[in-house]
Amino acid sequence: MTTHPVPTRPSRWDLAWRQRDYWLTVYKRTWRGSVVSSFVTPLLYVLAMGVLLGGFIEADPDQLDGATTYLAFVAPGLVAAQTMQLVVGETTYPVMSMVKWQKIAFGMTATPLGARDVVNGHLGFICFRVALTSAVFLAVLAPFGVFASVAGAVGAFLVQLLIGLAFATPVYGLSAGLKDESAYALVFRLGVIPMFLFSGAFFPISNLSPALETLARFTPLWHGVDLTRMLMLGTLDGPRALVHVAYLAVIAVAGYLWACRRLERRLRS
Amino acid sequence: MTDTIITAPMISASGLRKSFGDVEAVRGIDVEVRPGEAFGFLGPNGAGKSSTMRMIAAVSPVSAGTLRIFGLDPATDGPAIRARLGVCPQDDTLDTELTVRDNLYVYGRYFGIPRAEVNQRTDELLEFVQLTEKAKAKVDNLSGGMKRRLTIARSLINRPDILLLDEPTTGLDPQARHVLWDRLFRLKQSGVTLVITTHYMDEAEQLCDRLVVMDKGLIAAEGSPLELIRTHSTREVAELRFGAGEHEGVAAKVEDLGDRVEVLPDRLLVYTHDGEEVIAKVHERGLEPAAVLVRRSTLEDVFLRLTGRTLVD
Repeated sequence: MTTHPVPTRPSRWDLAWRQRDYWLTVYKRTWRGSVVSSFVTPLLYVLAMGVLLGGFIEADPDQLDGATTYLAFVAPGLVAAQTMQLVVGETTYPVMSMVKWQKIAFGMTATPLGARDVVNGHLGFICFRVALTSAVFLAVLAPFGVFASVAGAVGAFLVQLLIGLAFATPVYGLSAGLKDESAYALVFRLGVIPMFLFSGAFFPISNLSPALETLARFTPLWHGVDLTRMLMLGTLDGPRALVHVAYLAVIAVAGYLWACRRLERRLRS
Repeated sequence: MTDTIITAPMISASGLRKSFGDVEAVRGIDVEVRPGEAFGFLGPNGAGKSSTMRMIAAVSPVSAGTLRIFGLDPATDGPAIRARLGVCPQDDTLDTELTVRDNLYVYGRYFGIPRAEVNQRTDELLEFVQLTEKAKAKVDNLSGGMKRRLTIARSLINRPDILLLDEPTTGLDPQARHVLWDRLFRLKQSGVTLVITTHYMDEAEQLCDRLVVMDKGLIAAEGSPLELIRTHSTREVAELRFGAGEHEGVAAKVEDLGDRVEVLPDRLLVYTHDGEEVIAKVHERGLEPAAVLVRRSTLEDVFLRLTGRTLVD
């Protein structure tokens, strides 16, 4: 009886890709500000912590995970921590704005896009940001002689995408269901800042008390820092690296599924 | 066969329900919207209008009953349905930090429309809603009426077959409302099926060919504005004002003059075929109202009759 045509279903990739003009428009408007936070600030850290503070530290490779200078030790930590901070920033207030303040996610899902497609598009943009920022950061680090090999530098670059997703997806999931932004104070004070300081970015976690060291080993940032450091220092330990990759991948996938579900619920409420 | 093509409904719902936990927002409604018509959902707050609209928009899953849009099931063909719908939600969901033009452009891209085509449509739509001069302004700086117009323009970027408008003119000044009505009227003339929710009766009378009055999740009445007035009200209403506190007493004395008498705090409403005759008889009986008014019955009378005068939050 029906006279309506049979529809064709666009692929998930196609639906995510359709959002590129939106994210490019957003990026064109905000990139100037992001240069400071994602490039100038990390560079200041490298100079202050790596070069100037590092000048006072007598580097013993046995105590610094095989690094011959403190700069070489701290640089991978800063790269990984920078990735964490970038994506947490991108998945807290911006996501809250999409579902609560401006509600643009509601507008987006009035089109062929569904909640999952909105997540995919946003994660795609986050990967783009991570790639760009890490590439610039790693390029700036090159003159400091902190890479054991080109392959290691490329590996460290790729690993940033995995670290980015491992942080982006669970925080996205959290944001998608939050009633207000007060929980972010906890995310930053109890999550991001302690991880930044105590997950092996600035000193080996063996310096921590045994209990805290165990705790640190469960943080995704430690896995990211250790992985990045092995690649940059050329001290890659296969099995250990696999554990890091698997740990981060599991968080990324579980976080992704949770984020899709939470956003879907939010948008249909 | 030709008949089938003309009459295949754009939207058909039967026994449609929506519940949120224990709360049933929509409690079993049957609706059919035909191509090219302007169909209205009227009802007080909490009547289930918006829940119904969100199900039709293929964003909120149906709790029970069947719903078909373009003959498709929103549970399985949501993206395909949404590709042919235009949605103008109750709250503007514009990106206030982007420009007027960018809001339209990026939205068109979500439908997979090629860049050149979106650019062309964007220019046309800005013209259509009289926002061409504001193309480069940030949405933040627009007035309420302009934002509404932009939302409507956005909902037209995919040249939809059905346009869903959830309380399109709430909060707008009279000028802005009339501009909007004019645009909606033109769209209807170009063959777009309009589905409108509103609690403004004048809006419903202006725009809708056919409408349903919803109350507490159910359909209380259905028909054209004129049919509804004929069925649920009288041709005219005589309004009589007496001194404060006198209305109850007077009501008993004029009860037989109309089909129905309603007592309000400040006046009496006598529903009748002939208002002037009622006034004459009132005077014959020696009653002297402070003021009288005879007017035609409106959809508002129907609405209040069907859904009551009690305030709903």
